Amino acid sequence: MDDTLVKDGVDQETVDAVREVGGAYKHGWSTDIEMEYAPKGLTPDIVKLISEKNEEPQWMTDWRLEAYERWLTKKEPDWAMVDYPEIDFQDQYYYARPKSMMVKPKSLDEVDPKLLATYSKLGIPLQEQAILAGVEGAGEMPAEARKVAVDAVFDSVSVGTTFQKELLEAGVIFCSISEAIREHPELVRKYLGSVVPVSDNFYATLNSAVFSDGSFVYVPPGVRCPMELSTYFRINAENTGQFERTLIIADKGSYVSYLEGCTAPQRDESQLHAAVVEIIIEEDAEVKYSTVQNWYPGDENGKGGIYNFVTKRADCRGDRAKVMWTQVETGSAVTWKYPSCILRGDDSQGEFYSIAIANNMQQADTGTKMIHLGKRTKSRIVSKGISAGKAQNTYRGLVSMHPKAKESRNYTQCDSLLIGSECGAHTVPYIEVKNNSSRVEHEATTSKVDDDQLFYCRSRGMDEEEAVALVVNGFCKDVLQALPMEFAMEAQQLVAISLEGSVG
Amino acid sequence: MAEAALSRSSATELTADRKLPDQPWARSARVEALSRLDTLGLPHRRDEYWKFTRPDTLIQMPAPSAAVFHNDEKPLFDDMDRLRIVFVDGVFDENASDDLTLEGVKIERLATAQSDLHWAKDLYGKLEAAGQTPVPRTLAAFNTAYAEDGLLIHVTDKVSKPISLIYTHESDSSDAILHHCIKLDAGTELTVLENGPAAARFNKVMEVDIGDGAAFHHVRAQGRDHERRAVTHMFARLSAESVFKSFTMTVNGKLTRNECVIELTGDDATAHVAGVCVGDGDFHHDDTVFVTHDAVGCESRQVFKKVLRNGAVGVFQGKILVKNGAQKTDGYQISQSLLLDEDSQFLAKPELEIYADDVACSHGSTSGAIDEDALFYLRARGIPQNEATNLLTLAFLAEAVEEVQSDVLKEELTSRLDAWLARHRD
Repeated sequence: MDDTLVKDGVDQETVDAVREVGGAYKHGWSTDIEMEYAPKGLTPDIVKLISEKNEEPQWMTDWRLEAYERWLTKKEPDWAMVDYPEIDFQDQYYYARPKSMMVKPKSLDEVDPKLLATYSKLGIPLQEQAILAGVEGAGEMPAEARKVAVDAVFDSVSVGTTFQKELLEAGVIFCSISEAIREHPELVRKYLGSVVPVSDNFYATLNSAVFSDGSFVYVPPGVRCPMELSTYFRINAENTGQFERTLIIADKGSYVSYLEGCTAPQRDESQLHAAVVEIIIEEDAEVKYSTVQNWYPGDENGKGGIYNFVTKRADCRGDRAKVMWTQVETGSAVTWKYPSCILRGDDSQGEFYSIAIANNMQQADTGTKMIHLGKRTKSRIVSKGISAGKAQNTYRGLVSMHPKAKESRNYTQCDSLLIGSECGAHTVPYIEVKNNSSRVEHEATTSKVDDDQLFYCRSRGMDEEEAVALVVNGFCKDVLQALPMEFAMEAQQLVAISLEGSVG
Repeated sequence: MAEAALSRSSATELTADRKLPDQPWARSARVEALSRLDTLGLPHRRDEYWKFTRPDTLIQMPAPSAAVFHNDEKPLFDDMDRLRIVFVDGVFDENASDDLTLEGVKIERLATAQSDLHWAKDLYGKLEAAGQTPVPRTLAAFNTAYAEDGLLIHVTDKVSKPISLIYTHESDSSDAILHHCIKLDAGTELTVLENGPAAARFNKVMEVDIGDGAAFHHVRAQGRDHERRAVTHMFARLSAESVFKSFTMTVNGKLTRNECVIELTGDDATAHVAGVCVGDGDFHHDDTVFVTHDAVGCESRQVFKKVLRNGAVGVFQGKILVKNGAQKTDGYQISQSLLLDEDSQFLAKPELEIYADDVACSHGSTSGAIDEDALFYLRARGIPQNEATNLLTLAFLAEAVEEVQSDVLKEELTSRLDAWLARHRD
């Protein structure tokens, strides 16, 4: 903020306070660390190289190569309401890892301190401490109850995973996907690509060919995962795409809550992020998947930022399986993301809670698909879109009731909030009902921040930005409440920060 | 493109013996429409805009035949005082029609209109052309290019009685194309009624230009022929403080696609578009509505209700587009379907696209079976199952029928729906 822009009558304290919270993007710094890159561009050799670096078996290499061949035949989708310059897929690095990771550290103690410092600066503890830093009130809780296991992914490689031993005692496998391919090939082989097929879409196919790391979770039958699992993705290297792959399997009657967070440095060049997340939920199992997506959104003129093209899908294979997606999307220059639920088992349930905030020149096209196949399946969609600055925010979704999904139920609510007259908020829901015993309800509203509410806050001494943040937090309440506590706090603050500069 | 060209050339062949309107303005509109057709191509089933309805039989040459359906039902609007204009299989029937003179309005036929009809020059094919973006609606361009006849109605005052267009279907293989233009001067009023199956296949375009403070009411009943197909487009442009209200009731018909493209260009204008359709069996009904708010303080309302059974398919695609600067917009849209049995389908895409912040826009869409509790309530009070179902169905349709201004018409339409439900029960 330039001093000359400060209005008369605003005291220095306020200016400093705003500067303190603001500074727009908090995680825009980068770590100066020696990296090892694969050559730029995408060829079968690069695919083989990635596979080799991860010490993968032949079947995995073949799987990737087949995906690469398929990718060549696919066209980039253009139906989303987003607009960005053409991506040169040959002008990217597909593999980057810190040199210090060339010899895989045996334990966290051996990990390069620079990497550990990176995560601690982000507030992600890689020491096996009981609580996540920066959470108010968490200190008073019994430490046992608030354990969070973290898998930290830095550019193309997993830096380390905490609490592995303790999890293993419960029978839970939580490791990087590269490790899982080596250690648990039978599980990976059985489930990888079974929810998001190799040739599902352009970006998923690309991911299948070049994914370098990501997280793998297996929760055995009847096990309630003893702690929250979390993966933290950090893009650091320049001109590098991050292609992570996450595979979560919740076997019969199990339960797991998984958190995902992501940030990237502030750079002028846009960077590509194309992830695939597959979740398999067997009979009576339940998975909660929460994301706080805070990739670098680009500056206020739309320079830089992450292109976030993500395919996430959960398959409720067994009866009474349950999945809950919660996402807070505040970052990325362009977001293209539709976490979906296939409700195959009878009585299975899918939920989708989303907050998407687009400010400045950000563009978000996000939503969900609820595919009802089983009898008496239920789904619920609550989407809150907030547009400010010159941003475009689109909810795009599908609710499909197949003829056999008798007595199923869907409720959808999509609300959009506009702040400022130059932004856009759009809703594109598809509703397909092919039986009559199911009920589908869809509601959507678009409005601006209520003047009366603003006035109320203002008259109690809040400044305008604070007041807007409060009203917006109220608007998002339904979704924020669905988040695990650590994330809810972070998300609430993010909501305020993301809207920085959108008022006045 | 190859396919579009094929259709176009076969259409040219097919229409070679038709006498197309030859006024200079009609000729130039036709040339422009043909060039739009060439650039945009005809709809294809892979087009996103045709996701739920297959356009094949609307394009296919020659038109698929449709048997004339005979029934002894009294024609709709029969008791009303109105000016009757009859088209048989798309051909104007002078003997069956009233004299085309009416106070406050000048009615001419497209085929015989004067060549210096200046107002038509600015309207004929013009709203249709504007309506080709952002989504192409090339079946309307096709209409402009090949329409033989239609009405040119210039309203200069408040018109005392409705103009009633009656479309009779007499030939199994008729392929009718009609293009109407209606211009309402500032402060005028007109009601247009339309009814009848029209032809084995019917392609109709109506362009309506509504002046400041003028009011246009439109009530349409798409007739009972089971095998007929129809694609209709209504393009309306609203000036300041004007009113546009359109209601459509569709019973039967193999395939119907009704598109309504409304542009609110003057401040404080009001546009309501509503429809009910009841379908049994081989019935596919598509309502596609596109409302653009391009002025301050306008209100738009879309209310669509569908009752479907025996595999009938109901489609609703509705969009409210609020352009930058169209502040104080009030946009509402509801689409609901009542599925009376397991086989019926409801496919919907209710969209909002909003570029202004001071707006209140909402849409809702629901689908489901008849409410068992309500049914039980009525049954417990001694109302037989069938009657109770009808009652609840009519109540479901009522919100849309309420959009009709005239009480007489409301009652008449309700009784027709009631009769349909009585005929189509288990």
